[in-house]
Amino acid sequence: MQSNATLEYDYSIVKLFIWTAVIFGFVGMLIGVLIAAQLAFPDLNYLLGEYGTFSRLRPLHTNVVVYGFTLSGIWASFYYSGQRVLKVSINESGFLKALTKLHFLLYLVIAALMVLSLLMGITANKEYAQMEWPLDVIVVLTWVIFGIIMFGLIGLRREKTLYISMWYYIAFFLGVAMLYLFNNMEVPTKFFSGGLGAWYHSVSMYAGTNDALVQWWWGHNAVAFVFTVPIIAMIYYFLPKESGQAVYSYKLSLLSFWGLMFVYLWAGGHHLVWSTVPDWMQTMGSVFSVVLILPSWGSAINMLLTMKGEWNQLTENPLIKFMVLASTFYMLSTLEGPIQSVKSVNAIAHFTDWIPGHVHDGVLGWVAFMVFAALMHMAPRVFKREIYSKSLLEAQFWIQTIAVVLYFTSMWIAGITQGMMWRAVDEYGNLVYSFIDTVSVLHPYYAIRAFGGLLYLIGVLMFAWNIFKTATAGRRLEQEPRYRSPMA
Amino acid sequence: MFHWLEKNPFFFAVGVFVVIAYAGIIEILPNFAERARPVKGLKPYTVLELAGKEVYKKDNCIACHSQLIRPFKSETDRYGQYSLSGEYAYDRPFLWGSKRTGPDLHRVGNYRTPDWHANHMWDPKSVVPESIMPAYKHQFTNLADLETAYAEAVTVKKVFNTPYGKEIAPGKAAFEKYKKDILLPEALKIAKAMKRDDLVKMVEQGKVPEIVALVAYLERLK
Repeated sequence: MQSNATLEYDYSIVKLFIWTAVIFGFVGMLIGVLIAAQLAFPDLNYLLGEYGTFSRLRPLHTNVVVYGFTLSGIWASFYYSGQRVLKVSINESGFLKALTKLHFLLYLVIAALMVLSLLMGITANKEYAQMEWPLDVIVVLTWVIFGIIMFGLIGLRREKTLYISMWYYIAFFLGVAMLYLFNNMEVPTKFFSGGLGAWYHSVSMYAGTNDALVQWWWGHNAVAFVFTVPIIAMIYYFLPKESGQAVYSYKLSLLSFWGLMFVYLWAGGHHLVWSTVPDWMQTMGSVFSVVLILPSWGSAINMLLTMKGEWNQLTENPLIKFMVLASTFYMLSTLEGPIQSVKSVNAIAHFTDWIPGHVHDGVLGWVAFMVFAALMHMAPRVFKREIYSKSLLEAQFWIQTIAVVLYFTSMWIAGITQGMMWRAVDEYGNLVYSFIDTVSVLHPYYAIRAFGGLLYLIGVLMFAWNIFKTATAGRRLEQEPRYRSPMA
Repeated sequence: MFHWLEKNPFFFAVGVFVVIAYAGIIEILPNFAERARPVKGLKPYTVLELAGKEVYKKDNCIACHSQLIRPFKSETDRYGQYSLSGEYAYDRPFLWGSKRTGPDLHRVGNYRTPDWHANHMWDPKSVVPESIMPAYKHQFTNLADLETAYAEAVTVKKVFNTPYGKEIAPGKAAFEKYKKDILLPEALKIAKAMKRDDLVKMVEQGKVPEIVALVAYLERLK
């Protein structure tokens, strides 16, 4: 077996995905701030004519942050840590190296076409699966290439036992593949109508309630397999590496992994509580959502306990701050979700701003914080330079933490207020409020949320500047740092 | 067993796949046979309505509007009869939405009129002063894509046996005939009910603006 020192890992693909993560992160969150502001100040809808309305931009925001920022961060982390935990370099296979380039190229093609088509309003209109069939075909192709690279590296590995992160990356690949294929089954209309109409248009294979079931089986599990599974893969690698601590418990990681795999898929039904899907399925969705607390908290607690005896690092190292807070937000978010799944709570929460509030304490606090920490941990090793500024990183941490708190508290209040107003009746049983009353009352909360978003975006800018300066002007490192990332 | 799996990636992957696919098989498959039946008397969307549904999708109305009335008194008082599964039998894709920044639209055709929609889409504040919805003026000039909507009707008839009559058939000629005989008169009726001369004039010239198709679709939601 070769030692670490003699194996030259290939980071060219890692660098590319680091840059796309930074760029898509900024663009996606900029659009996010704009659409948040549009709800508070509707005149902002008219900046770009027909292309600038809230409704047209909202899927662009979600797609750019989910599939641009997050996936880039995941892939940068996978290509970095995958080589290292498997003890194999991409350079060892010309074929796999070429595929990584193709992977990145196709990814850019998809990103460009996605942005264009969503702006033009070409959409299958399923949430988080808006892309029309020609794009779906390229996505599937790209996914297959990613799979070949991953299993190719696994085939060439020197370390025979798969590290925990690899379990999650494998699940990420399989889960997304299965869900994406089934949810995007659609029939192109041009081929069945004697060549009529737009070539890119298609119609869903499923109708009505069935379509809703498949969509939320996907919609919920896109959260599972993009926002949870690979992010856990990242924290299982980067937290022990940055802190120099061993993972607290192997048994707990086993329980959490297999538990998460088994339970997560069932929980999709909680998006359809009180809808027209069968009652037993709604109940299953609620019950399994509550069960889901176990494996979720299992991973988070495993990570927090990994810091046992080394909590002083929390004050000394901003990257540890990011990762510990990420685990904490993961716990908050995975407790909040099950609460919202309970039928009586869902009756109030569903359709209100509490839902985007919940999503954002998860994505801003957990996903994005973990991505920032991972990218910053990789930067000194990939660029072989010291992190440009520790104080900038500290400032970013605090600004963004305040931003997340502003975001989810305002949306909690907004959601519960509106949910209660919709159902309020007077002593004769008549509805008290017209719909518009329940909208006008939200104005201050929308304004606070937009302000929180703006703060978060400022943090992203600080991060982008920091990583750019690290890559170009950081002090050169002679030796790869072993644990704590060096920062000026 | 777990130690062995962690050294054998193939079987590990198979194991993961079985564990995650299991839920889908049990939850989703049985529903497919059971729930796809339309309620009695439900007609498939006309081509004009389908074109309107495309406008609804294009401008992504589901970002703020649901089409799902839940079985609570507060919702049935506000929006009407709660939604039934069979009412969605011809909805591909389903358009329930997940957020109500604006009100539910599943039965909007019961309590709004075409001219109300015309005013509202042109300038929401003119009918709801505190509205935060943007105006959709471009829908008054952009033309609806009727041919694609027709192609969709032909496709669902062929592939999913959606009960359309003989008038829905493949090919350009069939489309042109349908447009002249059925679609344009239907659009003209809507345009007149919207009480805007510019729209009536456009339809009379054989051009259907997006807003006319959209209102036809919204009127159908009952």
